[in-house]
Amino acid sequence: MNSEHNPIEAYPHWWRLLFGRFTLESLPLHEPIVVVTFAVVALGGLAILGALTRYKLWGPLWRDWLTSVDHKKIGIMYMVLGLVMLLRGFADALLMRSQQAIAHGGAEGFLPPHHYDQIFTAHGVIMIFFVAMPLVTGLMNFVVPLQIGARDVAFPFLNNFSFWMTAGGVVLTMMSLFIGEFAATGWLAYPPLSNIAYSPSTGVDYYIWALQIAGIGTTLSGVNLIATIVKMRAPGMSMMKMPVFTWTSLCTNILIVASFPVLGAVLALLTLDRYVGTNFFTNDLGGNPMMYVNLIWIWGHPEVYILVLPAFGIFSEVTSTFSGKRLFGYASMVYATVVITILSYLVWLHHFFTMGSGASVNSFFGITTMIISIPTGAKIFNWLFTMYRGRIRFDLPMMWTVAFMLTFVIGGMTGVLLAVPPADFVLHNSLFLVAHFHNVIIGGVLFGLFAGIYYWWPKAFGFRLDPFWGKVSFWCWVSGFWVAFMPLYILGLMGVTRRMSSFADTSLQPFFVIAALGALLIACGIAAMIVQFAVSILRRDQLADLTGDPWGGRTLEWATSSPPPAYNFAFTPMVHDGDAWWDMKHRGYERPLQGFKAIHMPKNTGAGVIIAGIATVFGVAMVWYVWWLAAISFAGAVAATIIHTFNYDRDYYIPADEVVRTEDERTRLLARAVANAPAPAQA
Amino acid sequence: MSARAPASDEVHVEVVHDHHEAAHGSRRGYITGFVLSVILTAIPFWLVMAEVFADSRVTSIVIMAFAIAQILVHMVYFLHMNARSEGGWTMMALIFTVVLVVIALSGSLWVMYHLNTNMMPMSPGDMRTMP
Repeated sequence: MNSEHNPIEAYPHWWRLLFGRFTLESLPLHEPIVVVTFAVVALGGLAILGALTRYKLWGPLWRDWLTSVDHKKIGIMYMVLGLVMLLRGFADALLMRSQQAIAHGGAEGFLPPHHYDQIFTAHGVIMIFFVAMPLVTGLMNFVVPLQIGARDVAFPFLNNFSFWMTAGGVVLTMMSLFIGEFAATGWLAYPPLSNIAYSPSTGVDYYIWALQIAGIGTTLSGVNLIATIVKMRAPGMSMMKMPVFTWTSLCTNILIVASFPVLGAVLALLTLDRYVGTNFFTNDLGGNPMMYVNLIWIWGHPEVYILVLPAFGIFSEVTSTFSGKRLFGYASMVYATVVITILSYLVWLHHFFTMGSGASVNSFFGITTMIISIPTGAKIFNWLFTMYRGRIRFDLPMMWTVAFMLTFVIGGMTGVLLAVPPADFVLHNSLFLVAHFHNVIIGGVLFGLFAGIYYWWPKAFGFRLDPFWGKVSFWCWVSGFWVAFMPLYILGLMGVTRRMSSFADTSLQPFFVIAALGALLIACGIAAMIVQFAVSILRRDQLADLTGDPWGGRTLEWATSSPPPAYNFAFTPMVHDGDAWWDMKHRGYERPLQGFKAIHMPKNTGAGVIIAGIATVFGVAMVWYVWWLAAISFAGAVAATIIHTFNYDRDYYIPADEVVRTEDERTRLLARAVANAPAPAQA
Repeated sequence: MSARAPASDEVHVEVVHDHHEAAHGSRRGYITGFVLSVILTAIPFWLVMAEVFADSRVTSIVIMAFAIAQILVHMVYFLHMNARSEGGWTMMALIFTVVLVVIALSGSLWVMYHLNTNMMPMSPGDMRTMP
């Protein structure tokens, strides 16, 4: 909607009072791609709503999921959110790859430049904030309390609220596809382009409010998980006996709590620039756009490590489990993680070497960037030495781990190359950079998340994922990644810049065509993954995990049943060793069969959905300048929060006989597992 | 870093945790904190309103110092922080926070100062008249 005349002028005064700057022209009816997408989404949505009504699932959905404060269910909801948004973000990627494959030598492709700008912005925002973050947070939510032998997180209601705030951000982002438009500024919305003078439409406002609302959720879930890890570990689990995934989660959440307020503050300043005419980041009147770039990367660089540290934790768990060995160099792994946590705050300027702050500043940040590769390299060696002389089982999680090591090392090396300021002056904003960060984020974060999903899926649902379709997906993903991004490295070295919707030079076209084929391979990988989920759900009886410990696991989450009961552990386990469950198995641990007591648990509440819902309405109202609605919804969110504090009915006891019933059922399953197994599973 | 693991099941639930926690501060502590805060607010206010220092830069530096003192008062009297609380975790969190704030602030000042020196900022008007 980048029309020169402002359609709102034609609307009467009462319309503006009621609907702000929303006009019928804000609906992108003239863009066929969007209209078709909307039709598909609307039909799909109606089908789901119809099915929910037909099978009377609204009640169970509300009672068992939406209002649940169970960390496992919230974790699963985060994962569903992240995977659904992966489809949206990847659709954007396919559009970009196909546009760049055809728009050469005068051909304009099928996406007009303004639409193309929105697509690459949405792709970046969605993939980082609404795919990687929910998947990472979801895994941490699901796994951490189980790994430390706790029954839930420290603040169960807050956990539910955090999830719904993240979902609120997703709603705003998705809304922008069909009502108004999304930012066309690149995923970090640099001013002056993102200022009101150059982006007067709703795009940047959708961006701001989506990230602010989701950011509150992320920060609160960071607080929650830190408190959980620090305060709720099982007796005997000292810091240096914590599983590595818990360690990396702790460091990630510390990074979240320390850095997300910076993002909130810098977006608030941009909001003031856009809404009330301040001049923090304008070109004139004392504003300085580079201050925005500086501040947002103080958040942005730690964010990279927020994503990758949990992935490192997953690889550590997987490598050690599937090599049948204790992790090599546990202490060095922990120290490397902590060092990365601190160093990640000292490198932010490498994202804008070309800004021109001179040789001394650039060399400082270049050197710190190179230093941060040392603890990362140490981790790679730790994994290799863990595998060395181990009995390696190449199940899917281990396959993803090996693919990660091969892929991520290349991405790390191109990163160190970019850390050299003179080299960066050549490669800044080029496709080389695009290839580099996809190399580390897909090869590091996403492969790690997939390894984690395959590893913990049986724990979450009680059955394994089908290995055949998993392998199809694995090979498509990994080879697709290489085919899609190696041409971009080459193009970048040749000087091709990012974010272009068409190219004059036809000699570049073959590289883009190859990259598009790579994206198609990845599409096959995603399709195979969906098939795999469906096939596994249909064959869940054959794939069932009766033991709760399908992989020969080492940490406490494998000590309980799959899926775990609501209370996780009937008795809080006692920890004597770093690999607590491995140690218990080797000391001949006997599962207690009696003496169960009633278990005190937090109660579900709808307050999280309600407050986050009101906050989302506030976001929409602010985007469209509907001031009356913004005022009411803001007051409503505050009031709902205060009302919730008077709700003292927050806990209940799972009666002892219900615990007995659940545990007896597990005893039966374990007996069946022993009867089914032809030989003992493993040592 | 020694861990104090929860001994009972009860700490696993937020609500119970809230009710069983002992009261943190005394009335005396809160009143001391409040009085100190008021004093530390009143003095900077007076410094500005009465224009005690001729140089406004001196005034702003003095106000900064009072602000830091104010933060410390809040942490000690209202947040009940000391080196031992929560097994040293609050202290460690505080040190980490201070380190990060110092990195972010001093780093930004350093970076932006060099940017200004090197890039000679000019108004859009000046830029239009550039040769």
